[in-house]
Amino acid sequence: MEDYLSLFETYDVLAAFWVNIQLSFWAAICALIIGTVLALFRISPIPSLQWFGAAYVNIFRNTPLTIILAFGFLGLFSVMQISLAADLNASLFRIAIVGLSVYHAAFVCEAIRSGVNTVPLGQAEAARAIGLSFLPAARLIILPQAFRGAIAPLGNVLIALIKNSTVAAAGSVATEASSLMKTMIEFRSDLVIPIFLTFALGFVILVIPIGLLTTWASRKLAVAR
Amino acid sequence: MRKTRYAAAAVAAVAALTLSACGGGDSPESEGGGGGEGGGETLRIGIKFDQPGLGYDEGGSYSGFDVDVAKYVAAELGVSEENIEFVEAPSANRENLLANEQVDMIFATYSITDTRKETVDFAGPYFVAGQDLLVPTDSDITGPEDLEGKNLCSVTGSTSAQKIKDQYPGVQLVEQPGYAECVTAMGGGQIDAVTTDDIILAGLAAQEANAGKFKVVGNTFSEENYGVGLPKGSDRCGDINSAITKMIGDGSWEEAITSNTEGADYTYNAELNPPTPEPCA
Repeated sequence: MEDYLSLFETYDVLAAFWVNIQLSFWAAICALIIGTVLALFRISPIPSLQWFGAAYVNIFRNTPLTIILAFGFLGLFSVMQISLAADLNASLFRIAIVGLSVYHAAFVCEAIRSGVNTVPLGQAEAARAIGLSFLPAARLIILPQAFRGAIAPLGNVLIALIKNSTVAAAGSVATEASSLMKTMIEFRSDLVIPIFLTFALGFVILVIPIGLLTTWASRKLAVAR
Repeated sequence: MRKTRYAAAAVAAVAALTLSACGGGDSPESEGGGGGEGGGETLRIGIKFDQPGLGYDEGGSYSGFDVDVAKYVAAELGVSEENIEFVEAPSANRENLLANEQVDMIFATYSITDTRKETVDFAGPYFVAGQDLLVPTDSDITGPEDLEGKNLCSVTGSTSAQKIKDQYPGVQLVEQPGYAECVTAMGGGQIDAVTTDDIILAGLAAQEANAGKFKVVGNTFSEENYGVGLPKGSDRCGDINSAITKMIGDGSWEEAITSNTEGADYTYNAELNPPTPEPCA
């Protein structure tokens, strides 16, 4: 037990989880924005935009996240020499956020589209009848109801995103939790199982409140019909 | 339907984390398969599959210095080559493989340390490596002191990465899942040097795709004693040590190093090599 507690003096486990939270936070915001725009594309009356939305979702949803993040490091950073910050590690951190965002945007788009499906067709017809064109109808009538219907699936995407943030290790964000776990196992091989359980527990603690919160919010905010 | 998909994504995320911790933990068909056929005793040996020059999977056959030493030692123990079963032993998983007796011994750039001695036994060392730098052929970096402000790449969670963080805080360290990614990035010009044990670097530099592009600096700044990992309480240590001593004595050891680092312009640290195996506990 003393051995185990000494781990926390040598290694800053909370700081590592904080990196995952930061990655998830920024990626969630970017993914929500990109995903909403994509969902608009997919429900828009313009075929080329519909096609673009569908193509984006199918490409990014079906590409392994590790490959997207490894491409961020090997492709964007190494070969194309793209830098998003003056500091090397800050730059890699931002590239990882871009990778996480474009991947999860595909799932956010589909979650919102599922929310749109909960809005009865009559709502869109009524919006059209009072003279609203596509964008105002989407902004004022469809999306507000769609988001309320999409809270549970969006929560699921957020949960997946938090756990997927460990894949940022493939994009050279080596301060995050799974990388610290590797380091700890390398140096304290005598405590492999306690170390592993610590990190598993850490993610459970992060994720359970989100699950509870989204379940509660999806009930509370659902549009009563 | 849609819910299933997200649930699947979440499950996949958990699985990825679990697998990254226990990767290679299931050694396929290792149990029960051997004994009956062939008659001879089989030996399950853990090696790296992804380190050219040391332990490398070339589509079913294995090459490298660790593999050559493993084969020699197995032969001395009376196990012929076809009765050796090579199992992948990633760094984070070596202690588990031994503790669960999924392998009989490990030759996988396994440094002997006091922490590890608490959970496993070691024979050897059969090689003394040292942390060094791999740089492009035209680079003027000659040691870790030249790295201030430079971009250095190493593997996430490795001893080499930790040493750089502790001793050379001015270095910009990039950590990647594998050395191959580091070397690719160095080829692109964004990374100035790659660091780990000298013989691993030599193996990378000797790869066909990298021939002539990189050089090992040859200025080691640590000492890593590569030992043979054994389950706690194993009785094979003494026999392995005498096999290693014999291998060094008859020249096969020297030959194994030369042939596996050919083309890398690499010479091992002759002050520390060849090592004398430590007495068994």
